[in-house]
Amino acid sequence: MEDKGINPWVSTEYSQPEYVRMIENIHALNENLIVRVEDFSLFYGDKPALKRINLSIKKNRVTAIIGPSGCGKSTLLRAFNRMNDLIPNVRIEGRILIDGEDICKKDTDLVALRRKVGMVFQKPNPFPMSIYENVAFGLKIAGEKDRARLDQLVEKSLRQAALWDEAGDILDRSALTLSGGQQQRLCLARALVIEPEIILMDEPASALDPISTAKLEALIYSLKKDYTIVIVTHNMQQAARVADYTAFLLLGELVEYDETRKIFTNPTDKRTEDYITGRFG
Amino acid sequence: MKGWDKFFALASGLCVLIIFAFLFWIIFIIARNGAGTISWEFFTAAPVEGMTEGGIFPAIYGTVFLVLVMTVFLMPFGVMAGIYLAEYAPQNSRLTQAIRLAVNNLAGVPSIVFGLFGVGFFIQYAGRGLDRTLGLETVFSQPCLLWAAATLAILNLPVVIKTSEEAIKAVPLEHREAAFALGATKLKMIVRVVLPQAFSGILTGAILSVSRGAGEVAPILFTGAAYYLPYIPKLPTDQFMELGYHIFVLSTQSPDVDKTQPLLYGTILVLLLLTLALNTFAIGLRVRMRRKYGR
Repeated sequence: MEDKGINPWVSTEYSQPEYVRMIENIHALNENLIVRVEDFSLFYGDKPALKRINLSIKKNRVTAIIGPSGCGKSTLLRAFNRMNDLIPNVRIEGRILIDGEDICKKDTDLVALRRKVGMVFQKPNPFPMSIYENVAFGLKIAGEKDRARLDQLVEKSLRQAALWDEAGDILDRSALTLSGGQQQRLCLARALVIEPEIILMDEPASALDPISTAKLEALIYSLKKDYTIVIVTHNMQQAARVADYTAFLLLGELVEYDETRKIFTNPTDKRTEDYITGRFG
Repeated sequence: MKGWDKFFALASGLCVLIIFAFLFWIIFIIARNGAGTISWEFFTAAPVEGMTEGGIFPAIYGTVFLVLVMTVFLMPFGVMAGIYLAEYAPQNSRLTQAIRLAVNNLAGVPSIVFGLFGVGFFIQYAGRGLDRTLGLETVFSQPCLLWAAATLAILNLPVVIKTSEEAIKAVPLEHREAAFALGATKLKMIVRVVLPQAFSGILTGAILSVSRGAGEVAPILFTGAAYYLPYIPKLPTDQFMELGYHIFVLSTQSPDVDKTQPLLYGTILVLLLLTLALNTFAIGLRVRMRRKYGR
């Protein structure tokens, strides 16, 4: 921590906190930390849902958030793209930095944030439109009108989401005619088309059968070279299979956060061990 | 107790039967007496000989014209109010509840009151103001189709507001979330995700109010409907003939009751078929919407 101290001889143009921020940002860049959560708390009314969370997420890695239901893992995930704003009476403290920028501020550009931080939900939620229109949605609301470019990007995203072989010929068909697994991959393609940096996945396989789940997990693995993925799951095997890092949340507190291997083989905290060995949860 | 059970089942069934009997009796009488009158001439000609002969074309034309202008007034206001209540109003706040209560009460106001309100507000206040501002002799400050349509629109506002609000609220939260997560603003979310899904519901409300508007007489009685017109109205500032009012006129003001009666039944039959067709269309739409979106 010493090297983060203030050197009054370097510059007088920056105030002390700004200077500390800059140094911290440089450190974060060096370590490829794309998301930094600092003393983040969230309250539903007066009830705390997240208590002073501190964690950093590495770029181009898969980070899993595990924990029993109601521990706040989805709430934490939805804090990264400010989806909690849709719920009335939510209050937050602390901050979340993405690419060094605090996203918890009042004047944060939510449109820009959500285009940078995409999301796949628990239940497949394609719009009742054609497959093509679903994928093109994110581009069209951003004003893209060039048909050739739309076609090209839609195909690219569907390929990335491993859905092109199945859906390439039926783009005009309603998305609701697809199977659950296909719908979830369509939702992934829909999120990918606007080229976010981070993809949040909120228990994306909880409504899927084992084969579709395996496909989705393979997909997550292949996507991490281009994207940073944060996945919430209640399925510990899934976390162990796909994630590089795992965070364990309990009653709104971050109990332990480490490399997945470490968490599952040699956890530091007794509560983590109890959870992953199935003693509760 | 078993005897009572049986009795109650029988009694309630009988009530339904009686209601249906009345309905079919009405339809039967009208159809039997009116069917003979229906002809090409009846649809295309104007009433002649003190309305004892000829057709009802001006009344059909006036009704359609009236209902079209009413829709132009009604839908933008009604749908926007529905959007406000469903999307923007703070849910469960006192003010929102007061607005909802007001909308419900508006639906309970007798239609003749709307008619008188139309005279007072539209013709004497808005119309006179318009004439004075534009420097016109009596154009807007008299009963005419424009104000009759506006009065009907107010009468039908509660229907459209409620059906729009319900149709908008029925769009699942997951779809809204998905749109927001893709960087949609609230406006884009509403325009691109909510309204397309709510469209059939909103249209259902529109058709129901059109079918109701076509049959209401009291609100247009003083605001623009004419007893008899020797010409077809061209401008919204003209007076007009209307089917419902024409029925009233034929049944009470005719110089020769026996000669008018077939015309009367024919007119009733046309009005009945028109509203029936509109209602059936609305129900069909709603069924289609339920099937499409699974609700």
